[in-house]
Amino acid sequence: MFIPACSGYDSVWRFFTELEAKTVIAFAEQIIPADKDPGATDVNVINFIDKQLVGPYTRFQEMYRKGIPAIENSAQKLFQKAFYDIEFAVQTEFMIKMEKGELPEELWKETGQTNFFRLMLDHTMQGFYGSPRHGGNVNYVSYKMMKLDYPHVMGQNRYESKCAQQPLPTSPGEEQKRENAPV
Amino acid sequence: MKNKHVNAIVVGAGAGGGIVAKELAVAGLSVVLFERGGWATYNDHDDDELISQRTTVLGNAFGPDDKRHRRVVVYGDGSPRIVLPSEGGYSNNAACVGSGTVSYGAMAWRFMEQDFKLKTIYGQVEGSTLEDWPISYSDLEPCYEKAEWEIGVSGEHNANPFFAPRKKPYPMPPFSLNREGQLLYDASKRLGLHPFPIPMLRNSIRYNGRPACYRMRSCVGFACPVNAKCGTHNTVIPTAIKSGNCELRTHCQVAEIVLDEKGRATGVKYFDENNKGQVQTADIVVISAAAVETARLLLNSKSKLFPKGAGNNNDWVGRNLQGHAYTGALGLMKDEVYDDVGPGACMAVSDFNHGNPGIIGGGALCNEFTAMPYLFSKMRPPGAKQWGIEHKEYQRSMFKRVIRLHGPFQEIPNFEARVTIDPEVKDDWGIPTVRLSGSRHEYDRIGCQFMSDRAEEILKEAGAYFTWQSVGGRGLSGGQHQAGTARMGNDPKTSVTNKFGQVHEIDNLFVADGSLHVTNGGFNPALTIMALGYRVGDYIAKNWNGGKFK
Repeated sequence: MFIPACSGYDSVWRFFTELEAKTVIAFAEQIIPADKDPGATDVNVINFIDKQLVGPYTRFQEMYRKGIPAIENSAQKLFQKAFYDIEFAVQTEFMIKMEKGELPEELWKETGQTNFFRLMLDHTMQGFYGSPRHGGNVNYVSYKMMKLDYPHVMGQNRYESKCAQQPLPTSPGEEQKRENAPV
Repeated sequence: MKNKHVNAIVVGAGAGGGIVAKELAVAGLSVVLFERGGWATYNDHDDDELISQRTTVLGNAFGPDDKRHRRVVVYGDGSPRIVLPSEGGYSNNAACVGSGTVSYGAMAWRFMEQDFKLKTIYGQVEGSTLEDWPISYSDLEPCYEKAEWEIGVSGEHNANPFFAPRKKPYPMPPFSLNREGQLLYDASKRLGLHPFPIPMLRNSIRYNGRPACYRMRSCVGFACPVNAKCGTHNTVIPTAIKSGNCELRTHCQVAEIVLDEKGRATGVKYFDENNKGQVQTADIVVISAAAVETARLLLNSKSKLFPKGAGNNNDWVGRNLQGHAYTGALGLMKDEVYDDVGPGACMAVSDFNHGNPGIIGGGALCNEFTAMPYLFSKMRPPGAKQWGIEHKEYQRSMFKRVIRLHGPFQEIPNFEARVTIDPEVKDDWGIPTVRLSGSRHEYDRIGCQFMSDRAEEILKEAGAYFTWQSVGGRGLSGGQHQAGTARMGNDPKTSVTNKFGQVHEIDNLFVADGSLHVTNGGFNPALTIMALGYRVGDYIAKNWNGGKFK
């Protein structure tokens, strides 16, 4: 449905432009990639960061506004591609370089690459592990990943762990015996 | 409308001030208790890790707010920087009724006999203002007892042979150990040490009309959802108000103590909840705003007789800022040690508080409070990758297998670790704000290394297959355990108050909080601050003869 009143906006985000958001999403997914458990993108880390940047993190707006282009310029220089278009494994190499301060230094005069790396690392962690009320960690999935009940119901949840539901066999063969034992 | 004159003003409704207000109110004095924050409850932020007392990245759950408050911190390289309350280095103490006692871990330590006479035991230390307290443990013993019974402590009174003698047991039985605590308890025993359950300002049984603790993991850093944690907000402050003699005035920022021409205090200037400037007059004024803000208030209160601030003619106000250098070790275990029985910390050894060969002082070692998931994301062995699949795998597989032991090292006071007034920066009310500068005594690092070595030995004995140290003791002191900035002493030239917290040159001005500590003990200081609250309150009440105070 076309809503004329909204058509003037070029971003769905509060602070980020659509392009900036793409970079941040790719970066955060590198910090916490999806595997058998959800990753940063799945739990909406981008929404967390975007929301804080117009709230308590207003003071970091400038870092993001200058740091994101520095990521993109570095990616262009090294790979002639946008950071978010590089394949995952190559992005990882890029991130390792950035963490160590090995990207072209002349592109990072404004924020410093290791500074910006640490800031985004920290904000990603907050978005992934903080309370869902702040916009990330949808349905407390990170708590579930760490086998922490939420809400806190001590000792009740079992997290599909078979060994926690049954007594452990104490010697080989005992498991067999137990299965055959009368109930 | 002009405020009605009262007998006493108490500034700060925390561990010290709440108690003084109650002692004075029940003794029949009319009291106004000022608090810069309001009442805090679990419902305000519940168990939100990012707005808690431990992780303040999105703000301080219990205040102060980033909008109106700021401080200047001078870092090691000499550069000053404006710091907000939610940022590291601010040395924040909670701004709410009860202050830190709402959200603390609630360890209920009495200092040891030795903690009151470090100079006698260890001698002069170069570059340090190490000194004995003007009072001994036995002077404070009845006050400790009162704090334990009125506020409420659970513990085993004869479990630690190093503790000083006491007249009465704790009012409540000790908490049981969680799995980590039991492993460390057993390991310590095997090493010939003397482990014991930590005394806690939490209800282990129903007490004082409030229920027993049900052992949340989110305890330290948060308010208690069932009110089982004991602070001044749910004990003495309600008692003070019920007496009919105490008016609690919340959301008031006290700016200055008013001093008359004779050098006596006549009241305070403050900004009320509508940010309107007001004056409250009183016969006596008690400052209990914690070490940083108490020093600020004294320094900001100038008069003809006190051009450098109230009680500061000898330049000792704001000096000797201490806290605790936290130090210890972490280990990885093959099996899960985390059983989700909060709040985590439950066992301690105080074999290393004193009597360590070649070491001045020492500290208690305790198993740690439960780390919430974000905080845990920063706890890694040296060199471990902080992000990517490795990060995730560590969060998943190690959260319940990490074992931790650490504690507060008793810092060696030094004159240059201090609170001053910044020449330019002001808070939102226009009150000149503080500048924190100096650093810990270089000796602290040596003591911390010793403590971390001991912690690591215990972790290894408990079965950790890999261990590493987290060694504290550098940088600026202060923090939540802030102390020392209005030291008590017998000599007015080298202290700010006498042994009853009475400012040397101003007989109707008192201090009652951690600022009085000459040294800060190798323990969390809350119970000692409470005991001093009883001591100061009792002294004022007993010497009160209506209208005048002398």
